[in-house]
Amino acid sequence: MAQENWAFAAIIVCLLGLATLVGRVLRDQTQLGLNPAAIDAFKSRVRSWWVICALLTVSFLSPTITVTLFGLLSFWALREFITLTPTRLSDHRALFWVFFFFTPLQYVLVGWDAYELYSVLIPVFGFLFIPMRIAIAGDPKRFLERASKIQAGLLVCVYCLSYAPALLYLEGPRTTYSGNARLLFFLVTLSMLSEAVQLAWSRLYGKHVIAPLINQSRTWEGFLGSSATIALIGAALHQLGATPFAELWQAAFVSLLIAVMGFAGAMTLSAVKRDRRVQDYGTLVEGHGGVLDRIDALCFAAPVFYHVARHFLSA
Amino acid sequence: MIAKRRLVSQRFPWHNSEVVNLPSSLAGQLSNAATLTLELVVTGLARFMSGASVRWVDCQPDTCQRVYFANHTSHIDVVIVWSALPREVRRLTRPVAAKDYWSRGWFRPRIAKAYNAMLIDRRSIKVHQSPVDLMLREMGDRHSVVMFPEGGRTDGQRVGEFKSGLYYLCKKRPELEAVPVYLHNMGRVLPRDEYLPVPLLSSVTFGPPIWLEADESKADFLNRAREAVLRLAPREED
Repeated sequence: MAQENWAFAAIIVCLLGLATLVGRVLRDQTQLGLNPAAIDAFKSRVRSWWVICALLTVSFLSPTITVTLFGLLSFWALREFITLTPTRLSDHRALFWVFFFFTPLQYVLVGWDAYELYSVLIPVFGFLFIPMRIAIAGDPKRFLERASKIQAGLLVCVYCLSYAPALLYLEGPRTTYSGNARLLFFLVTLSMLSEAVQLAWSRLYGKHVIAPLINQSRTWEGFLGSSATIALIGAALHQLGATPFAELWQAAFVSLLIAVMGFAGAMTLSAVKRDRRVQDYGTLVEGHGGVLDRIDALCFAAPVFYHVARHFLSA
Repeated sequence: MIAKRRLVSQRFPWHNSEVVNLPSSLAGQLSNAATLTLELVVTGLARFMSGASVRWVDCQPDTCQRVYFANHTSHIDVVIVWSALPREVRRLTRPVAAKDYWSRGWFRPRIAKAYNAMLIDRRSIKVHQSPVDLMLREMGDRHSVVMFPEGGRTDGQRVGEFKSGLYYLCKKRPELEAVPVYLHNMGRVLPRDEYLPVPLLSSVTFGPPIWLEADESKADFLNRAREAVLRLAPREED
């Protein structure tokens, strides 16, 4: 493994260790008067970060395994999304195609590095196929609503997320395989970190809630503060040699994008949840951790990050 | 509201397989192994597709004689309920199924055998051989049964009226615990007339047992049983 990889891994482990330590300290310091439920939520979040980072380490070893892991993640997230969506029995066949044709095929194409195919498979072919299949089933009730809900689920949970492992196949004068793996790590770490930083900013300075009916913990202060912080962290990581970008401003810009898009993803999927009147995708069925609750930010950040990084790195 | 006392998830039924009464002949052993494999494959597939989580609400798994009655919306309901039970309970529990349907063809009898199903002849009902009598004889003083009192699969949108079998069973054996079971979302996983499943997340909820009261009428009891199943349903969708 290249030296930069070790440096990057060390930084990640330090950051995660710091987060775990903060969770410990917050729990022990009862005089701060923090909500114990919030601390527990924070700690479970940190635990899931450890798991995700451990899994991502695999990306340095094998792209195939990474693509497969993300495929399974997509499958599970889509499962949660569609379970929550009020489909009708006549959508059954369309859903079958969505789960067992489009989802696996998207990831197979990503694994084959067939950019021309996987970039259009779902937005063009899937988009047109779903309403056609529902129409053939012959049930006009709430037709457009049902079709667009399935399209949205497929786009967000499968198409968008599949751009994260696609980073491993980026090509350009400055790219190497381990550089690409670090880029994936960079994306995932920053999108998780931006969630945490946003929470911290909101706690400390949050006054103006953006949309109380959608999400009460997202404030303008948190959003702006975390975007700025994440851009700085991205720039710092670039100085340490963790990103393959040529210029400092490019690293700062993509970091900012990750923060903004992560925020957009969390807000959007919160809106879906509020519409269906549930707290978490995970509480839908007891005993399942909500995968979609954890990766909502990543789903929105991945495609935008991919295309911008592709542009920067091909130059 | 019902307090959720316990959350039991048994997600790996293949850990719990055991071979009982191994026949001595090789052919017998092979056929037994084939049956077991079939059971494991079908159970594993059904559990993966339905992503079923199991909840016990005011009720605990027990090896005492019980009648599990559930709403019926999909082919795999039996498999899901059955595999949701702990191993020692499962070995004593037999699903009730219609003989005319399950003895046809090549595949269905094998499935019925793998799940140790109690095949009841709905057609030839005689004076001393009503389906309930047959069931009671098969149950003896050991086995529990899983039944679907709606009589057939419904569309999964609502729970239909219950048929009287459950009442007669409880009338002849009033000490049996009748345990309501609610299957949620199973009708979306594999609706009737479909053969390809869609892997949504579903759940199985076991509720508090009910007993037939001393002078409860048939209609009252069946209504109460249906209510007991409905009470386990998650809040109604708007």
